[in-house]
Amino acid sequence: MILPIWYGAFLIKRVFQGAVDNIQILDENGDIDASLFPSGLDDKKILEMYRYMSFARALDAKCLSLQRQGRAVTYAPLIGEEATQVGSAMAMRAGDLFVPNFRQHAVYLVRGLPLEIMFLYWRGFEEGAAIPKEVGGFPYIVPVSSQMPHAAGIAFAQKYNKKDVAVLAYVGDGGTSEGDFYEALNFAGVFKLPMVAIIENNQWAISVPRSKQSAAETLAQKGFAAGIRCVQVDGNDVIAVYKVISEAIANAKDGPTLIECVTYRMSMHTTADDPTKYRDPAEVEIWKARDPIDRVRKYLSKKALWSLELEKAMGEEQLKIIDEAVAKAEAFKPDPKSMFENVYGYMPQVLQDELDDSVANNFWQG
Amino acid sequence: MKVNMVSAINNALDLAMAEKEEVVLLGEDIGKDGGVFRATDGLQAKYGEGRVMDTPLAESVILGASIGMAMSGLHPVPEIQFAGFMLMGFGQLANHAARYRSRTRSKFEVPMVVRTPISGGVRTLEHHSDSPEALYSHLGGLTVVIPATPYDAKGLMIKALHMRDPVIFLEPTKLYRLFKQEIPDEMYEVEIGKANLVKEGNDLTIVTYGTMLSVVNEVVEKKNLSADVLDLRTINPLDEKSILDSVKKTGKVLIVHEAPLGFGPGAEIAARIAEKAIFELDAPIMRVGSNSFPYPFPGYENYYIPNALKVSKAVDKLLST
Ligand SMILES: Cc1ncc(C[n+]2csc(CCOP(=O)(O)OP(=O)(O)O)c2C)c(N)n1
Ligand SMILES: [Mg+2]
Repeated sequence: MILPIWYGAFLIKRVFQGAVDNIQILDENGDIDASLFPSGLDDKKILEMYRYMSFARALDAKCLSLQRQGRAVTYAPLIGEEATQVGSAMAMRAGDLFVPNFRQHAVYLVRGLPLEIMFLYWRGFEEGAAIPKEVGGFPYIVPVSSQMPHAAGIAFAQKYNKKDVAVLAYVGDGGTSEGDFYEALNFAGVFKLPMVAIIENNQWAISVPRSKQSAAETLAQKGFAAGIRCVQVDGNDVIAVYKVISEAIANAKDGPTLIECVTYRMSMHTTADDPTKYRDPAEVEIWKARDPIDRVRKYLSKKALWSLELEKAMGEEQLKIIDEAVAKAEAFKPDPKSMFENVYGYMPQVLQDELDDSVANNFWQG
Repeated sequence: MKVNMVSAINNALDLAMAEKEEVVLLGEDIGKDGGVFRATDGLQAKYGEGRVMDTPLAESVILGASIGMAMSGLHPVPEIQFAGFMLMGFGQLANHAARYRSRTRSKFEVPMVVRTPISGGVRTLEHHSDSPEALYSHLGGLTVVIPATPYDAKGLMIKALHMRDPVIFLEPTKLYRLFKQEIPDEMYEVEIGKANLVKEGNDLTIVTYGTMLSVVNEVVEKKNLSADVLDLRTINPLDEKSILDSVKKTGKVLIVHEAPLGFGPGAEIAARIAEKAIFELDAPIMRVGSNSFPYPFPGYENYYIPNALKVSKAVDKLLST
C-alpha cells in the first residue's frame, strides 16, 4: 500500500519547541552592545558594580590566606564568578530575598552582610549563619541543591502574603543534577512562584566537568521540562547578568525564570581541593582572558571613569574594612552553652541534664 | 605492607576488582580525582572509566542505580562523598536496599557496598562529620560496618564484597590517615558481625568502635585499668554474645561512641545487656556519647565529641558504684 505523503503530517504534530538564547552585552575588550543596554543602569551603577566585584575578590583572597594560616576552616573561593554574583545581587530590589549555596560571598557583600558575620561562618561558628533580617538572605547551604526547595517555599510564602518580592535561588552546575533541583523548579512552575533560579555554571563540580554533569547542551533548557522561562547569559558580563536578572525579577509576579550564568571557577573547588589533579591549566588561561573584572575596568577606563590612583585608593579602603571585620571575628569567643540552648525553642529537661553534666564535670576543659 | 586506613581500603577495592569483574565503583569525584580522600586513587587509571565512574552530582541515583546494578549481576561499590549527603538518597536505602530481599523472599538480592566517610574531629564544614550508624542500623536489612584499624578496614571490605547483601561501610575520616599498620598484601576476610576483644581485663567492660577506640585505649592505659575493651566493628548485626560474655565476667559496662547519646547505638546495646544479664551486673550500665543534637560547626566540635576526660569520669563513676 502506498501511503499518501501527507499521512505523517496529519498524525504527527509538533507539540513543543524550545530554544535557549545566550546574551552578552559587555565583551572582553570592554565594548558594549548599546542596543541591549539595560534600562535602569548607568555608569554610576557600573562603577559601583566594579567596586563590589573588586571588593569580593579582595575578600576572597583574604579568606584564602586566613585558611592557609589556620585562621579559617575549609573555604570555597569565588574568584572568577564575581559578575554573576554582583550583577544578580545588584538587580535585586530592596525587599527581594536570596537563597545561596556556599559560594555566594559577593551576594552577601552587596546585600550588606556585616563581614565579621561572614568570617564567623568561615571560622567555623554557627553565629556566622545568623544572617540579620535586613540582609534579606538566608544562610549558606552546604548539601548541594537542597536549598532549591526552600527557595520555592519562600517564594510561595511571598505570593501567599501578596507581597511583590522575588526570591533569587543560587545553585551550581553540579547542583542541577540533584533531584531537589528538578523538584523545586517543577513546584515553582506549577504554582507560578516568584522564584528566580540562578545556575552559577562555573564549569566544574569539584573534579567533574560540566560535560560530564549533563548530556544537555545547556543547563538553562532544564527549565523547559518545568514549563518555565529559561535563558543563558554570559556570567562574566556583569551588565548582561544585571539585565537578565532584573527582567526575571520584574516578571516574577507572573512566575519563575531559570537563568544559567556561564562563568568559570578560576581557582580550586575549596581549600581542601587540588585542581592540578584533574584540570588542564591551559583551560584556566582561556578564561583569564574573559575575566569579569578586567572587562569592566576596560569599559570604565575607556570612558575615563577609572584610573590607577582610584584603583589604589579603593584597594586600600577595602582592605581596611576587611581587616577590621577579621579582627572582630577573631575576637569572638564561642560559648559551648549556646549549642544546647538553640536546639529547640524550649529546653527539654534531658538536654538540660546533659548541659549541667558538662558544666559540673568540666568536660569542655578536657 | 604497612599502610594507613585509606590505603588499606584502596588495596581491598583493588584486589576485589581484580578478582571479580562484577565489582564496579561509582560516585562523585572518585575517578580522575581518586575521591576527595583518595580512597579510590589510581583505580580508574587501572580499571578504566567503564568500571570506575564519576557520576553526576546526585546521591539518590548513585544509590538507586547501584541497587539496580546489584540486582542485575554486578557488585557495585557506590561512594557517597560524606555521610551527610547520603540522606539525599536515604529513600533508596530505607525503602529499597533494606527491603528488597525480604519483600521478594530472597528472589532478589542487593549485593553492594555503600562507602561513606563519617565522624568528626577534623574541622570540616557543616554536614561533613555526622555519625549516622544508628539510623542505618535501625532500618534492619542493612549490614552496618565501622572499621577502626587499617587491618579491619581491608578485611571487612573484602568480606563485604564476598557477601550477597547491602553493606553500609562507614569510614571514620579521622582514622583515614591517623596511623599505619602492618597488614597482609593478599586478600583476607574479617568476619562481619563479630566484635574484636582488643584488650582483656577483669574490672569492667568498655564497648566501643570507630573514632572512640583510641580515646578509650588512652584512658585504659592512663588509668592502668583492668578492662575488656570490645571494638564492635559491626554495628548491625550486633555481636551480642561477645558483649554478654564480657559483661558477665566483669559485672560493669561502659559504652562509648561518638554518635549522639540520645537514641544512639548505646541504647540498643544497653537494652540487650539489661534484658539478658542484668542480674550479673553490679553497677548501672553507663553510656558516653556526643550530646543529643546534630553535629555542630567545627569551632564547637571539641565541646561536643566525647573526650578522654568525659570517658575517664564515666569510668570513675562506674568503678565507684
Ligand atoms: C548533596 C551533596 N553532595 C555532595 C556534596 C559535596 N560537594 C560539595 S560542593 C560539590 C560540587 C558542587 O558543584 P556545583 O554545584 O557545580 O557548585 P560549585 O562548587 O562549582 O560552586 C560537591 C560534590 C555536597 N556538599 N552536597
Ligand atoms: Mg560548579
